[in-house]
Amino acid sequence: MTFKIASSPHLHIRRSTHDIMQLVILACIPGILVQAFFFGWGNLVHIAIAIVTALMAEALILHLRSRPIKPVLMDFSALLTAVLIGTSVPTFAPWWITVIGTGFAILVVKQLYGGLGFNLFNPAMAGYVLLLISFPVEMTAWLPPQSIVHHQVNIGDAFAAIFTGYTLDGYSVAQLRTTIDGMTMATPLDTLKTGFTLGLTSDEITTNPVFGSWYALGWEWVNLAYLAGGLFLLKMNVIRWQIPIATLGSLFLMGLLGYMILPDSSAGPLFHMLTGATMLGAFFIATDPVSASTTNLGRLIYGAFIGLMVFVIRTWGGYPDAFAFAVLLANMCVPLIDYYTRPRTYGYSQGSSS
Amino acid sequence: METLLERIQQGHFWDFPGGIHPPTRKELTSQHPIAEVPLPPVLYVPIKQHIGTIGQILVSKGEHVKKGQALTNGLNHLDVAVHAPTSGVVQEIKEHISAHPSALPELCICIQPDGLDEWREREPWADYLNYSKEQLLRRLQLNGVAGLGGAGFPTHIKSATNAEIEFLIINAVECEPYITADDLLMQEYPEAIIQGIEILQHMTGAKHVLIGIEDDKPLAVTAIKAAVGVERGFHVCELPTQYPSGGEKQLVQILTGREVPKGGIPADIGIVMQNVGTAYAVSRAIVADQPLIHRVVTMTGESIHQPKNVWALLGTPVSHLLDHVDFRPGLNQRLIMGGPMMGFTLPSPDVPITKISNCILAPSNQELPPESPEMPCIRCGECAIVCPATLLPQQLQWYAKAKDYEKLESYNLADCIECGACSYVCPSDIPLVQYYRVAKAEIKTQQQEKQKAEQAKLRFEARKARLERDKQERLEKQRKASEARQSTSEDSNKIEAAISRVKESATDKVAAAIARAKAKRQPTEDESPDNSEVIAAREARKQQARDYKESKQTGTEPESSPTDKKAAVAAAIARAKAKKAKLAEQSEATEQSKDNSSENASEQDDRKAKIAAAIARAKAKKAQQEDAESLGEENVEPKSNATDDKKAKVAAAIERAKTKKAAKEAEANAQGEAETQASDLSPEEERKAKIAAAVARAKAKKAQKDNDQGKN
Repeated sequence: MTFKIASSPHLHIRRSTHDIMQLVILACIPGILVQAFFFGWGNLVHIAIAIVTALMAEALILHLRSRPIKPVLMDFSALLTAVLIGTSVPTFAPWWITVIGTGFAILVVKQLYGGLGFNLFNPAMAGYVLLLISFPVEMTAWLPPQSIVHHQVNIGDAFAAIFTGYTLDGYSVAQLRTTIDGMTMATPLDTLKTGFTLGLTSDEITTNPVFGSWYALGWEWVNLAYLAGGLFLLKMNVIRWQIPIATLGSLFLMGLLGYMILPDSSAGPLFHMLTGATMLGAFFIATDPVSASTTNLGRLIYGAFIGLMVFVIRTWGGYPDAFAFAVLLANMCVPLIDYYTRPRTYGYSQGSSS
Repeated sequence: METLLERIQQGHFWDFPGGIHPPTRKELTSQHPIAEVPLPPVLYVPIKQHIGTIGQILVSKGEHVKKGQALTNGLNHLDVAVHAPTSGVVQEIKEHISAHPSALPELCICIQPDGLDEWREREPWADYLNYSKEQLLRRLQLNGVAGLGGAGFPTHIKSATNAEIEFLIINAVECEPYITADDLLMQEYPEAIIQGIEILQHMTGAKHVLIGIEDDKPLAVTAIKAAVGVERGFHVCELPTQYPSGGEKQLVQILTGREVPKGGIPADIGIVMQNVGTAYAVSRAIVADQPLIHRVVTMTGESIHQPKNVWALLGTPVSHLLDHVDFRPGLNQRLIMGGPMMGFTLPSPDVPITKISNCILAPSNQELPPESPEMPCIRCGECAIVCPATLLPQQLQWYAKAKDYEKLESYNLADCIECGACSYVCPSDIPLVQYYRVAKAEIKTQQQEKQKAEQAKLRFEARKARLERDKQERLEKQRKASEARQSTSEDSNKIEAAISRVKESATDKVAAAIARAKAKRQPTEDESPDNSEVIAAREARKQQARDYKESKQTGTEPESSPTDKKAAVAAAIARAKAKKAKLAEQSEATEQSKDNSSENASEQDDRKAKIAAAIARAKAKKAQQEDAESLGEENVEPKSNATDDKKAKVAAAIERAKTKKAAKEAEANAQGEAETQASDLSPEEERKAKIAAAVARAKAKKAQKDNDQGKN
């Protein structure tokens, strides 16, 4: 009788890459739904477009690379990239924005570098940055929350606006962005930036209806929903605390410092926490394991660097939000961070870890 | 130090980084008592079941052995004996599949049990603490005790440590899932284990004894605590269940908060660790004089329908044990020796149980699903989080795949204990440990090759240096020799003068002898022999000697000189002529010349004169004989053959005498040079002289032969 030969260990935990990606996507859902509630159904349409594009692009390139298609599609990593791009683009951006961004993310950023595990940059963020640089008008055309816009849009309008540029009632996206008062609205971050350039103080700027009664109308709830999803991921040990905590901590600290030094031209730490892509970025984007640092200490540095860069770009940069840029900059530093943050191996004296 | 002990007493232990909590599945076997298994038809006892060297085989094919009889001896320090597990007949000594991941065949002694189970004579040491450390260590070695925890390190070597030992740690953690062999042993034999621990403490001189047991073995903890009692002061440490807390380094860290330094052993930090099964074996070996011939093996897994622990004789094929636990193999059945984390699969059930086999695991594919295809690493870092050695497995696998051995070494691959925690958590099902094993083996091979190449280089350079040194020495010697020659040229003049004096005196004596002989031969004056020929021969020999001396001084071999040859030829011719002239010779003369030839070399000048005289006498006698010849011709004929031989001998003797003289001259020469030259040159000269003598003897013989031929 002969027996099957295998190498130890023979016991494995039953959580695969597929399971991890699936959990991350599930954890995104509350944030996506809150976003849809406040800003219209457009993001759901974009997510659908992104998923189709991502799967097709991945299948195509795997075919070209003569790699097995099904197991790779089933690892859900392309799906997650698609979801992240779909949630990141402005609600009523034209459809081709998402197609270009997702296609670039999957084909170039991920697969041309060797596929999952080999990409240097976060594919979703690299795709997003490509779009932001190439199509700045479309990519900054965020809508204000539905509660303060003139035209309410339903899901049919969302489809029509994304694919044709006009709602079913014939309004253009630019018209959709107009509030009841007839003012064109942007995101709170955008508004703040514009306000500062006009010489207004933060107190004056925040009287704008996009800030709502709290910090950023709609956005604060979106961020809280993503925070809930992120805490779920932490609880499930899908992500580890180092990157999100370091990112948020560093951003909070920088916001606090800025507010203490220049209260009139800064927006306070909690504003930074609850606007823009902060929670999505800290829990879902910066934690992409492939492109992040892989040592515990390295992850703290990596996260802190992202938080710092977000604050710097939000405050002084040309773009209202900065997570995509900050993440890509941090991705570049990863090999260096990893090299210098190797832990001390058992039995080695302190300081001679290598 | 007090605080450390206090912590231990209060059960506040340290933690090690990482670690995992796999399902332990120990309940499958932990509730059943250890069962006995009938004798197998054949036992395959591997002669090496430990780390170290193999003793000599003491038995031969067909020999009857008793239970516990040594099959190999333990003469070398690293030897550990193996013993007959039961009485029976040595059927064969042959290669058999081994209990090793490679399954490569190794030498086994095959014993067919006779069913009597008859013990050899034993000498129990009940008062074991009265024996010296050395006696106890020797008995452990001879009774084949090696670590039962997994590595099989010889217990007598580990216990022989001269380091100051603070803690003797008994590893009863048994953190591998499924395995309950130590658990059951502690439940059933706590007293013997405590006895073994006492012996180990006695040998190592450890101040404190810590017994580490995971808290998932409450029965074992109770049993051990009861057996320890109060007065012994052993600390029974209940540890939280976590894999791999039973790793030697990890257990040291948990219990004492210390780390074994890289490349070191626990004794470096005052710790000796022994497995609890080893403690039991020690007590059996010392107290009962019962060698290590059996051990507890956990038979478990869902393909085994009566999972339990069994007492297995070492050498029992796994198949025999499987026969007694209702083993029902499934599709693609795996048979694992050891636990699910670090055990290895067996290709065949014929593999024998050895000292380090603690478990046979036959899982179903549901409980331990077969490995799934490897996916790319997503650098999630879970492996680094669980690594007890704080390595970065995700980086290591990257470099292992790239075969970047330098990077692997800089990321401390060698410190990987292969516990498998990284592979356990890997979401991409990467067989990380397998990559590390392969890389480690390749690094080892590479290092060996490098070492070999370095050795070869060293050898080559040493040879080059030696050749160069020899050359320099030769040149130096030549230089000194030429210097010496210049300084002794004045001395040589004196020597020449001495030689000429000797020659003169010799010639005088010869002339006198000849004159005497002539006087005697007065009546046959007209028939006088042709003396001029003898003189010519003598001159030729002198010439030869001089030539030899010269040739010696210039450093060339005497026979290579053509003048030498010529002289030799001349001498031979002269001898032949002389012989022809002398038809007969009396034995008296021969005897005398023989005696002379054996005289001391210092008398040789006199001797030469005497020889000359003897020759002269012989010639005179010959003349007389020739007179007598006229009386009877027939008497002469038979005699002449005999005398030819004698003549040849005489000639040879003369030659020898001459060469000795030459040798003496050479010695004189050497003495002259001794001031400037190394003292070992004089035997060298002597040797040359001897060669010259031998050459001369050979020439004499040849001449004789020629002579004989000429006669015939």
